[in-house]
Amino acid sequence: MATALSSPTSRIGDPLSRVDGRLKTTGLANYAADFPVEGLTYGVVVSAAITKGRITAIDATAARAAPGVIEIVTHENRPDVVDKDKVWQDMVAPKGSPFRPLGDAEIRFAQQPVALVVADTFEAARHAATLVDIRYEAASHVTDLTEAEAGAYNPKGDGTYSPEKSRSDLANPLGNTKAHVEKVYQEAAHRVSGRYTLAPEHHNPMELFASTAIWKPDGSLFIHDKTQGAQNSATYLAGIFGLKPEQVHVVAPFMGGGFGVGLRPQYQLFLAAIAAKMIERPVKVVMTRQQMFSHQYRPNVIYDIAIAADQAGRLQAIRSDCVGATSRFETFAENIVDWCARGYRCDNIALDYRVAPVDTYTPGSMRAPGAATALNLFEIAMDELAYEVGIDPLELRLVNYTSKDEISGQPFTSKALDKAYAEGAERFGWSKRVHAPRAMTDGRELVGWGMATGVWETLFQAHAVRARLRPDGVLEVATASADIGTGTYTIMTQIASEEMGMPVDRIDAQLGDSTLPKAPVEGGSWGAASIGNALVLACTALKAKLLKAARKIDDSPLANAAIEQVEFVGGQIRVKNDPARAIDLTDLVTTEGGPIEVEETGSPKMLEAAKKARNTHQAVFVEVKVDEQLGQIRVTRVVTAVAAGRIINPKTARSQILGGVVMGIGMALHEETMMDHRLGRFMNHNLAEYHVPAHADIADIDVIFVDEPDHEVNPLGIKGLGEIGIVGTAAAVANAIFHATGVRVRDLPITSDRLL
Amino acid sequence: MTTDTMVDDRVHAPDGDGVPVTLTINGERHALHLDPWVTLLDLLRERLELPGTKKGCDHGQCGACTVLIDGKRMNSCLVLAVTRDGAEVTTIEGLGTPDHLHPLQQAFIDHDAFQCGYCTPGQICSAAGLIGEGKATSREEIRELMSGNICRCGAYTNIADAIEDVMAQQGKAAHA
Amino acid sequence: MNRFAYARPATIADAAQLLARPGAKAIAGGTNIVDLMKEGAETPDLLVDLRRLPLHDIRETDGGGLSLGALVPNADTAYDERVSERFPLLAHAILAGASAQLRNAATNGGNLNQRTRCYYFYDTATPCNKRAPGSGCGAIGGVNRIHAVLGTSEQCIATHPSDMCVALAALDARVKVHGPDGERVIDFGDYHRLPGDDPSKDNTLAAGEIVTAIDLDAFDCGHNWTYLKLRDRLSYAFALVSVAIALRIDGDTIVEARIALGGVAHKPWRVVEAEALLAGKAPDDALFATVADRILAGARGHGDNDFKVELARRVIVRALGQAVAGTPQTIADKRIA
Repeated sequence: MATALSSPTSRIGDPLSRVDGRLKTTGLANYAADFPVEGLTYGVVVSAAITKGRITAIDATAARAAPGVIEIVTHENRPDVVDKDKVWQDMVAPKGSPFRPLGDAEIRFAQQPVALVVADTFEAARHAATLVDIRYEAASHVTDLTEAEAGAYNPKGDGTYSPEKSRSDLANPLGNTKAHVEKVYQEAAHRVSGRYTLAPEHHNPMELFASTAIWKPDGSLFIHDKTQGAQNSATYLAGIFGLKPEQVHVVAPFMGGGFGVGLRPQYQLFLAAIAAKMIERPVKVVMTRQQMFSHQYRPNVIYDIAIAADQAGRLQAIRSDCVGATSRFETFAENIVDWCARGYRCDNIALDYRVAPVDTYTPGSMRAPGAATALNLFEIAMDELAYEVGIDPLELRLVNYTSKDEISGQPFTSKALDKAYAEGAERFGWSKRVHAPRAMTDGRELVGWGMATGVWETLFQAHAVRARLRPDGVLEVATASADIGTGTYTIMTQIASEEMGMPVDRIDAQLGDSTLPKAPVEGGSWGAASIGNALVLACTALKAKLLKAARKIDDSPLANAAIEQVEFVGGQIRVKNDPARAIDLTDLVTTEGGPIEVEETGSPKMLEAAKKARNTHQAVFVEVKVDEQLGQIRVTRVVTAVAAGRIINPKTARSQILGGVVMGIGMALHEETMMDHRLGRFMNHNLAEYHVPAHADIADIDVIFVDEPDHEVNPLGIKGLGEIGIVGTAAAVANAIFHATGVRVRDLPITSDRLL
Repeated sequence: MTTDTMVDDRVHAPDGDGVPVTLTINGERHALHLDPWVTLLDLLRERLELPGTKKGCDHGQCGACTVLIDGKRMNSCLVLAVTRDGAEVTTIEGLGTPDHLHPLQQAFIDHDAFQCGYCTPGQICSAAGLIGEGKATSREEIRELMSGNICRCGAYTNIADAIEDVMAQQGKAAHA
Repeated sequence: MNRFAYARPATIADAAQLLARPGAKAIAGGTNIVDLMKEGAETPDLLVDLRRLPLHDIRETDGGGLSLGALVPNADTAYDERVSERFPLLAHAILAGASAQLRNAATNGGNLNQRTRCYYFYDTATPCNKRAPGSGCGAIGGVNRIHAVLGTSEQCIATHPSDMCVALAALDARVKVHGPDGERVIDFGDYHRLPGDDPSKDNTLAAGEIVTAIDLDAFDCGHNWTYLKLRDRLSYAFALVSVAIALRIDGDTIVEARIALGGVAHKPWRVVEAEALLAGKAPDDALFATVADRILAGARGHGDNDFKVELARRVIVRALGQAVAGTPQTIADKRIA
């Protein structure tokens, strides 16, 4: 991704404009369905009309006779592929038996793909898809979580739930304390308990899932895919088609939004590949928006929370029991219940988490999976407790502030949440808040101020990064991860620019290609920290290699110079105390006669503080104005203070937080996929009736990054930002609504009717 | 000849050789024969190699496919191309290029008014239409009149900043 | 989407003739029919493109009225100076609907003829008496947050989704149509119909009839009007409940009241007897509540949409207050006066 025009060097911390901005704003950034392909054909998916049962007959006669139709793929004629669960389990698959598109006659979920119509134009395929006559025998289904709850099970196996790691100094070891916690709860001065729920949500990235499959004469497979992990798609297809990994090449340089739904391969990928194999021509399959509701979603939950505090608001007991939806063929589990026990000082904690199978596709990770669910509900309960105790909601958080992870007992590498509370409250004007609900008004509207805490993990995954100085003087830095809008191309460019002393326009960051150095899927907010640190390793190695080459040149001005004695500045290697002794990097690589390159892997092993907790935090403050009589809720102001270590690019960083906050507002007020349980079908499967926030819904959002130097979390001190903006935001909105109206709603989203 | 058969002469049967339609797209005239069920969006993307216009929902519910038709912003996914015979269409590719950015394109970059970039061509074309309409004079009006463009990455405040920036530039130009 | 024949007639007579054929449907802006054809909810054999018909003007009529050509885009209608000065209620109702892009494409005639947004009507895998007569109504007993609470039948609880039509109902518009038997004029209240036993018919247009214009007689209500719309987000969403109000007030006395509701029935909902309760009276909240009760007499929810009855009551009272105060709801300011 080389930028146009001249550019200076950039450093970590600069607000560099996105290096892919010119492509994205001029329509030249090619997403999965945008690439011109010679001889392309079009596949349109036929979706099942029932939720559960089996196909009894398929009559494709009329469809086959329709103009332009090339092939109709169904379970009846789909060629055999490797059928082992193991190959169908992608890198991030939950345990279970993954869905095989067109694998058999069985229908497992609504809108399951049941046929793929391939034609020489999109329109011909779309038309013929309406002509495929499919008969079904329906079976009874369960999609209502309250009904399915009876069959809930511990996703980790038999027995009671236990968190990953728990500290030993608790009065009552975790996972075994229900009776004790209940006793403490009952005896406490202040108690809050209740059932909290979150509706199913769909990610709805703006880009539709799309794949184009091209089989090459040598038997290899080339794919344009919409994915957060090009190598995940590649190994998935290689396994299914019995190919060597290097025989599948997946490219996805741009991704029109993921939010987690692009972590796993979706069914259009396999369908494009199998159809292209059958007809021996390239096939492009693009889902419809309606079909975007036929796969992963953020599982709805039933969450029972009980918390108790003493007179001063100090937490005495937390009980956190959650049941989340999963499918019948895979066990999707999230870390939900631990979150509420990690962040506040409390010695008596009982946790339980179960999943209940329903007849839908397997739910999946969606922005801050688990934490967004947990804390956007638990932080409502905390607000209730503040009112129960009679102290300010922020004060309650401060009273229970902890500097260690309360489950593992580990101290944090850094935790500037206290600063975030202070700076956020100051900017918001929290001290002017009147504690009592319904006390603040603006004309006819009730005004509410609410706040909440958000927490997310700082994760680190092994990434290999290649740094290659090309003969044209351009430095390529590359890994097989993705930039799903987060700004990865840009921060890679910045880091490389700083490390190598090269101008931004001579750096070409590359992502989204399975042939690039090994990387996991892009998710979990681990990209910046993992790639950034690996990139520094690669640059360091490259510098050594460049110096070595420079020293070998005849009459080299750098002969005998040690790495400590030189610096990389302005596209040169030069001696620090004698800058006239320098070699231009372009000259060097020209002399060398070919690129000079290195590949380095940054792995979690490089982290020193393995025994410490590593988290990002946000303190989010929200103002709502509520027309109580008509139930209209407006979020008029948001201030969020984020403690996320070192910020590489404040411009793109701020955008990530804005995005999380906006999605949090959607979670609070709008987003709900509504299921007709009689049909087992999501009914508002479109963007007109599945409401995400629009321009008019989003007013001012003020993002503060508090200073949080962290020399332990990883060498660069980066923590990641993709998830944290949503965690707590919906709760802050809900709490502001309570403050405005005195109405406590424990179910998200809070639609207008909840206030009438 | 009866009126009925005269009318019949002008009915294009579904298995005919298409309906003649002339469109000027980004200044280039295209004389085409199209099946009537081809949308302008699919025409641009799949037949004219202009994939900058994006398909986000295909039902007029997201705005990603916004283009300017005779200067007015519309959802190209809901326009059957044959119904716009003679129209002038401007897509994102026609507004500006990397070396000659339209002021909105520059402002979107400056204000980081996008993340994934998928809704961006539609946002920019819509903003161009908005400014052309001249009905938005306040930030609230910009927000209301841009509400037909969904941005799932949540860049709304930056988009409003970018549009305000360009409107201010043009206001200055008008008074200069 | 099915394959269909296509014609773009140049005269109204030709268009009417084509539209009289079985399976013929009209297209103008395309914003609704193309959407529905992609879903398979509409499968015309012949699509008659009306865009070449000479119906692109807004004309003055006697007494300060206007005749809105059927093919004038919604946005051009709303922003037409004559419309925004004489019928600001209509202008604001139009601008409260859809998005700028859709309003630029959608036409006045098409707005009248747009079909319901019922989830089941759109989803061909589910029952719907409107789309597939006799298949049942999925919304009854199903997901029905957006559905009707007035004038429903055992066959259908769909709503008409238009904002513009709510204002037109309040303004006593007339729909001019051209058909095989020549021209006729339909009072707006008679144009759309209730579902009854035949939900497949949204309106009283006969085969071969084309809407040519919407006529409005002058109705001077000064600033005593409002279009108030409540929805699930602050823009770009269909109404849960909306109300169009136009009052003629003389001093402290309401002389004439027009009140139409959107989002609650298969057609814009007016109850003339309820409006009459206001005539000759001084504005008063208790009176407004009585009027609201009368308008909503017989209203009944179907589960998810139970809240609409109470919401509609409150919206009517609030909107009457706005209209009396002469502080109509504006589009961009989301505070509700």
